Amino acid sequence: MNYSISVQGKCFNFKNLRTLLAKASPCRAADELAGLAAESEVERALAQRLLAEVPLSRFIEEPLIAPETDEVSRLILQQHDAVAFAPLATMSVGEFRDWLLAGGSDLSHLRFGLTPEMAAAVSKIMRNQDLIAVARRCRVVTRFRDTLGLPGRLSTRLQPNHPTDNPRGVAASILDGLLYGSGDAVIGINPATDNLDNVCTLLNLLDDIIQYHHIPTQSCVLAHVSTSMQLMQRGAPVDLVFQSIAGTEAANRSFGVDLAMLREAKAMAESLGRGDAGSNLMYFETGQGSALSADAHHGIDAQTCEARAYAVAREFSPLLVNTVVGFIGPEYLYDGKQIIRAGLEDHFCGKLLGLPMGCDVCYTNHAEADQNDMDNLLTLLGVAGCSYIMGVPGADDVMLAYQSTSFHDALYLRQVLGLRPAPEFEAWLNGMGIFNGRNSLADARSSIPLLSEFRGISGEAL
Amino acid sequence: MNDPWHGLRRFTQARIALGRAGSGVTTAAYLEFQLAHAGARDAVQQTWNVDDFAEQLQQQSLAHIRLNTPVIDRTHYLRRPDLGRRLDDDSLQRLKQVAEPGFDVAIVISNGLSSTAVETHGMPLLQRIVARYTEMQLSIAPICLLPNARVAISDPIGALLHARLSVIVVGERPGLSAADSLGVYMTYAPREGNTDAERNCLSNIRPPDGLSYEAAAQKLAYLSREALRSGISGVLLKDDMPKRLLG
Repeated sequence: MNYSISVQGKCFNFKNLRTLLAKASPCRAADELAGLAAESEVERALAQRLLAEVPLSRFIEEPLIAPETDEVSRLILQQHDAVAFAPLATMSVGEFRDWLLAGGSDLSHLRFGLTPEMAAAVSKIMRNQDLIAVARRCRVVTRFRDTLGLPGRLSTRLQPNHPTDNPRGVAASILDGLLYGSGDAVIGINPATDNLDNVCTLLNLLDDIIQYHHIPTQSCVLAHVSTSMQLMQRGAPVDLVFQSIAGTEAANRSFGVDLAMLREAKAMAESLGRGDAGSNLMYFETGQGSALSADAHHGIDAQTCEARAYAVAREFSPLLVNTVVGFIGPEYLYDGKQIIRAGLEDHFCGKLLGLPMGCDVCYTNHAEADQNDMDNLLTLLGVAGCSYIMGVPGADDVMLAYQSTSFHDALYLRQVLGLRPAPEFEAWLNGMGIFNGRNSLADARSSIPLLSEFRGISGEAL
Repeated sequence: MNDPWHGLRRFTQARIALGRAGSGVTTAAYLEFQLAHAGARDAVQQTWNVDDFAEQLQQQSLAHIRLNTPVIDRTHYLRRPDLGRRLDDDSLQRLKQVAEPGFDVAIVISNGLSSTAVETHGMPLLQRIVARYTEMQLSIAPICLLPNARVAISDPIGALLHARLSVIVVGERPGLSAADSLGVYMTYAPREGNTDAERNCLSNIRPPDGLSYEAAAQKLAYLSREALRSGISGVLLKDDMPKRLLG
């Protein structure tokens, strides 16, 4: 297919679909770094115009990476459901955009009719409000010990990281988070090291806290998947299996994983039978720029690579998936504007493709961003129906050295948008005297029993 | 007004028990955060006094070599990670001249994203690492001092020095509560194109709040011994060092 357009006597040629997608992408540092970005604003606008004319079926005919050389490309073609695709089969990308905006119903039946590249393509010709309006209509509900993703709900991952994984330090942050109503998506620790003893200690600590206090949530220590497998073999209490993933086979290899390893890990965790409300037990993190960072992007722009990672994620019916949108740094997403746009794109593409999509609304100290940018993205994602956000004490992760969203931020979002925690967890918060039955913190939290009996620090003076 | 469980702060630097004003943070907590963010932003821009560091190595009689990347300044460094992974031509030539005999370990030290980290903790950490490797009777190449570098620069340097292991000590991205953390990355059989899955990483080295110099050096020695024994590094090399062995 020929991708070219002439304007005022000047001809713009895009040699293939991959190039057209990259040139049509809203401006971001990652694509500039990779030498893939449009060279002028006019070139970008014309690429978007051409992209709008591309038939959706073209994305099946022209894989961005040859399937023979990339297992993610093979997976994308395998997953594609021609029956679900049939109503869209004659549409162009631009017509698909209009169709999405004109509709009013739930879009979950489309999931496997769409490929990641179709979702990425349409997102490139959508404004932020379009990404929000359509994502709102994609419901994805998952369960392990509680129910995530129901309408009118917003969940949080309680992230009690500690620079040296000190168990009492971790427990102190967990208690603080619970007292602020955080933790229904997962209590998830990024370990400072993948040392087996260390990860095992943290798993036991989380298991003890959750069991003893009957908290309807799940635990995760975000170690490498192979570490989690070794620990499961040793009998460690693993609820969720975590892994960072990306949108090409080579990028996943740079993370030390492939599809076979993920399948093995999932089967191993399922055999433990630890979830009582459902069996979604994988937890994935992604982020634009990761394939480029691993020099494994095959000339595909950062946002399209990211959407391809969602094909990997949905293969494993995960409980949770989140983009860690601003973590990667300014060479990939330069400032607040780029981070906000990327966060909305990722949430939209993830939801459209059927993922329980959350977002680590975050930035690093070498990016041109601050907490105001995070407030903007947080609020926009709340309106878009984001499944969960992070809860980090004071928004400051003292182990990973970046800023995310705080326990307070979740309370703010719940207050202004009327969003509630997962129903099982909400009942627990009310029962423990942490919430007041009206979706807000109770006044008398300082006298509740949890404070004096909390596992991991019981016996310690407050 | 802080929360009544404020005493738990003795277990963690995390911003717990902040109190609240409605759903928001209190004025005091807000202003404290703003100041910490300002400090971290300034720390990113700070440059490294390499002359001073080289002189300290001289005083310790530690052989070293000064190298450069094509990076011009801090802003350039932030926007061009690819250049932080490359040596400039002059450095390449000088490195080729020392490469002859081959070494067990190549050690690179860079300010990375925090000059404060390398100036505060670089020398004492390096001394302990060198002491451990010397005990293990491993030969160490002249220590490479290299401002404005990225982790993967340790691949071409290790390869040019014909080293079996390449180790880079690098300043980590400043956080709000810590602008002086060092990280260490170790790669077996370094060569251009190693992936991050082939590296072992130690992070948050910044006593007294983070990992101590001695614990980091011991862990690095353990990982080095295992890598040299098994011929692999990275995610496939599991850190199964029992906790009690850490001093």
